[in-house]
Amino acid sequence: MFLIHCPYCGEHREEEEFHAAGQAHLPRPLDPDSMTDEEWGHFLYYRKNPRGVHRELWVHAAGCRKYFNIARNTQTYEIYATYKSGDTLELDENPTVTATGSTLNMAVHGDAKVQLEQGS
Amino acid sequence: MNRFSGFGLIKQAFKHQEHWQRMWRNPTPKKHYDVIIVGGGGHGLATAYYLAKLHDKINIAVIEKGWIGGGNTGRNTTIVRSNYLWDEAAHLYEHAMQLWEGLSQDLNYNVMFSQRGVMNLGHNLQDMRDINRRVNANRLNGIDGEVLDAQQCQEIVPIMDCSGSTRYPILGASWQPRAGVARHDAVAWGYARGADSYGVDIIQQTEVTDIVIEDGAATGVVTAQHGVIKAGRIGCVTAGNSGVLAGYAGFELPIESHPLQAYVSEPIKPILDTVVMSNAVHGYMSQSDKGDLVIGAGIDGYVGYGQRGSFPVIEHTMQAIIELFPVVSRVHMNRQWGGIVDTTPDACPIISKTPVENLFFNCGWGTGGFKATPGSGHVFADMLATGEPNQLSKAFNYWRFQDGSLIDEHGAAGVAH
Repeated sequence: MFLIHCPYCGEHREEEEFHAAGQAHLPRPLDPDSMTDEEWGHFLYYRKNPRGVHRELWVHAAGCRKYFNIARNTQTYEIYATYKSGDTLELDENPTVTATGSTLNMAVHGDAKVQLEQGS
Repeated sequence: MNRFSGFGLIKQAFKHQEHWQRMWRNPTPKKHYDVIIVGGGGHGLATAYYLAKLHDKINIAVIEKGWIGGGNTGRNTTIVRSNYLWDEAAHLYEHAMQLWEGLSQDLNYNVMFSQRGVMNLGHNLQDMRDINRRVNANRLNGIDGEVLDAQQCQEIVPIMDCSGSTRYPILGASWQPRAGVARHDAVAWGYARGADSYGVDIIQQTEVTDIVIEDGAATGVVTAQHGVIKAGRIGCVTAGNSGVLAGYAGFELPIESHPLQAYVSEPIKPILDTVVMSNAVHGYMSQSDKGDLVIGAGIDGYVGYGQRGSFPVIEHTMQAIIELFPVVSRVHMNRQWGGIVDTTPDACPIISKTPVENLFFNCGWGTGGFKATPGSGHVFADMLATGEPNQLSKAFNYWRFQDGSLIDEHGAAGVAH
């Protein structure tokens, strides 16, 4: 069970209040009319599927109903940080994973709330 | 290979069961193979078996990073059915179903295929309309199917609550009598034994760490344990890890990996002689020959590689099962586990050539790969032998996500597995 810090509510809540909405930071096409079928295919269907650090869009469905971002490890299920839409988070994409968790470097821009060691 | 038979069983009984032949060899890999299949799960082994048996390619290796039967083949809920809505999917799964029907004899290995029927429940009017449409489509494709009303469901499954007083009342179901269950480990072992008997090298405990590409064509694999192994053609059948292998070859797959979990209860007396699935309340259940209730559920909504499922899904599944079968409310669960499923945007597999020459992928089976094991292996063997897709597999190509010819099995049939 994830304990997720909602950056809008400012509280840790259980996973069931939230809903995962796929990969985060997907830019909409700037010039849709000139895109090829291949580019449209990538925009619509191709998603990152890392075994490791992943950025995801989540919605606080049974709470404030706002969308925000989570940086999470898909292998250890550790949540590194949650941050508001529009904020950016610099993250070491290759953390050192140990039995008790992982260590990595992070730099936060905006008022992202960093949440450590709250994985399931 | 010594053939198994009833007589052989009696003969071995007099020798204290101590002289059974090993089911497959443990060979040292050669430097070169005509075909290398990466991934020794059910689909990979079936591919090797049919390739060796039907296409006369004797120089074949299957490379498996773990051990035979240790992946998703040994982690699923063993349901076999072919009542898919769209023609392309229906033909592929029905092809598999027909192979299932003769599989034990073909492999000379009892895969315990039991055609006990699968019931897909409908809980509202739209469910029933979809069921009618799907059953009609199935029958037009020559696949058996019937629409049942609540009374008929109750007659087939007496323990199910069809009273109509539940939160999601059972209005009816689709019913495929030829569907059923099979012993999942036996499928992996049977195919491994069969492939080995045709000379296929099954190389376990060997992880592929890179794919060798020269001039846009794949020419071999790099393994951690045995170095470079060259190959004429490479087929990747690696389920949840397909994206990783595609990464080695330098292209992306439209696949996301999710944990899917299942549960097995303590063994109880026979109470359920069929398979019941419900998409609306999202749970499905059958009873194994041992008496355990085998229960499945939905995937976790987020990408994950931990081979376990999340707690909210457990609770959700149990709610669904107890609503359908109030009689099992006090049965204890013995085991719970998770497997990593490779889901595509349209819930249909990718059986395809790739942007890299001589490299083929068979992946994206998502939550429903077990039922297709023989058919998947059969068509992929054909692709590896000829280098081209056949009539059954050509719709499942990699490029459908770019030209828009998706097979929208996910939305239309609301497929549960």
